[in-house]
Amino acid sequence: MRYSALEIIKHAFSGNRHWKPAWREPQPKSHYDVIIVGGGGHGLSTAYYLAKEFGVTNVAVLEKGYLGSGNVGRNTTIIRSNYLLEGNEPFYEFSMKLWEGLEQDFNFNAMVSQRGIVNLFHSDGQRDAYARRGNAMRMHGVDAELLDREAVRKMMPFLNFDHARFPILGGLLQKRAGTARHDAVAWGYARGADSRGVDLIQNCEVTGIVRDDAGQVTGVETSKGFIGCTKLALATAGHTSVTGKMAGLDLPIETHVLQAFVSEGLKPVIPNVITYGAGHFYISQSDKGGLVFGADIDYYSSYAQRGNLATVEHTIEEGVSLIPGLSRARVLRAWGGVMDMSMDGSPIIDKTPIDNLYLNCGWCYGGFKATPASGFCFAHLIAKDEPHYTARLLRLDRFRRGFVVDEGGKGPQPNLH
Amino acid sequence: MASLITCPHCGVRPKEEFSIRGDAVPVRPAPNASDETWYAYVYVRDNPKGLIREYWHHTGGCRRFLVVERDNVTHEVFSVTDAADLARSASGEVA
Repeated sequence: MRYSALEIIKHAFSGNRHWKPAWREPQPKSHYDVIIVGGGGHGLSTAYYLAKEFGVTNVAVLEKGYLGSGNVGRNTTIIRSNYLLEGNEPFYEFSMKLWEGLEQDFNFNAMVSQRGIVNLFHSDGQRDAYARRGNAMRMHGVDAELLDREAVRKMMPFLNFDHARFPILGGLLQKRAGTARHDAVAWGYARGADSRGVDLIQNCEVTGIVRDDAGQVTGVETSKGFIGCTKLALATAGHTSVTGKMAGLDLPIETHVLQAFVSEGLKPVIPNVITYGAGHFYISQSDKGGLVFGADIDYYSSYAQRGNLATVEHTIEEGVSLIPGLSRARVLRAWGGVMDMSMDGSPIIDKTPIDNLYLNCGWCYGGFKATPASGFCFAHLIAKDEPHYTARLLRLDRFRRGFVVDEGGKGPQPNLH
Repeated sequence: MASLITCPHCGVRPKEEFSIRGDAVPVRPAPNASDETWYAYVYVRDNPKGLIREYWHHTGGCRRFLVVERDNVTHEVFSVTDAADLARSASGEVA
């Protein structure tokens, strides 16, 4: 069934008692053409694009919890394509273009809101760096605008412009960036994949990867028994080292926890997404009124979906330093998500040394905005056995060959990316 | 929650005094080791779920490099040892 205004009116007359579930709850078949491990944003979008764009529908998505129970529901919902490097910018712009048509494409309200993002700068050197980044974006056909101090003040008068240590000198604006309702993104992809015949199997944890004598993957051992497959795709960011180990992969990844916060609901105050150039703080306001914000990871390796109080303090200090009025707001909720921190801060969408095992991982804490392009490019790779043009540099062997995509210039220090 | 670290030199100290350097298991290869060995040392991480050994630098204290052995799911800390002591005992050298 297609969702529409007419359907809403029709169902209103019958007291909304006849809505059908958005997807089935199938039992696993004994064999699939493609099994995707991980029913988060990237796994679901991969399944959706496999079915819709590449005609591969004999697909199962195996999820150990419920759909979207991981990082797709644990982020700060920001979407943007303001990157510098060749390996990243075309890819994230491809994602941005998919975001722009997403709701019509999968017929689900993902509340995509292009309210713009401003990256603030606080020194001459930082201004130069952002001017360079803006130029790189424009050379890739992406919108970017360098704002001076007065233009930023007009847009966001509540910022701490005269900070003694980090005065605001201006910002880099990408107007097409914004936010999206993260859970709805997972649900929209899930519904779209399911309606095209993909089996979404929840509460089905993969416990082992089964390979034949030649080393090819033949299927997976799960909490619901053995399921065979022709191709296996891992989209288990946060736990990629755990699933990768089942197939003996050596990976350039460390797992870390990132926290996010939401305040009580407030009247509209923050018109866009703001990032603090003097710290690693980012904030926006949800349509319900809560301020959604976050900052750095906790710096030590962690598989626990909860964070440390020191980082909470650090985040709030940064926020109050940027927006003094924030000190009056109260935090309503805080949560943590575990993520793959890769060795250069960029993701991996690639084949592996095992012929029929495909890998999507290393999203650090930038995975949400990439959800559409990640799924599209991963589906392209699985269906055609060759990389999508925009993801061709996001290879697993780039570390070995010396072609890292190090956007932050931080070197192989995963807790700093 | 790994909030308090017992430094062998300074006693019980809050986490904020430390800079975390990362996995303490990879051992720096010889300068003329093969590219493959260097690649593994620089980029590949075992990244276990559970027991992990990490370098923590006591930047706000004695400035010694420590090896913290802990559980990265429960955040329980099992031991904190001076990195130099560990290296000496591994090579059989007497401190």
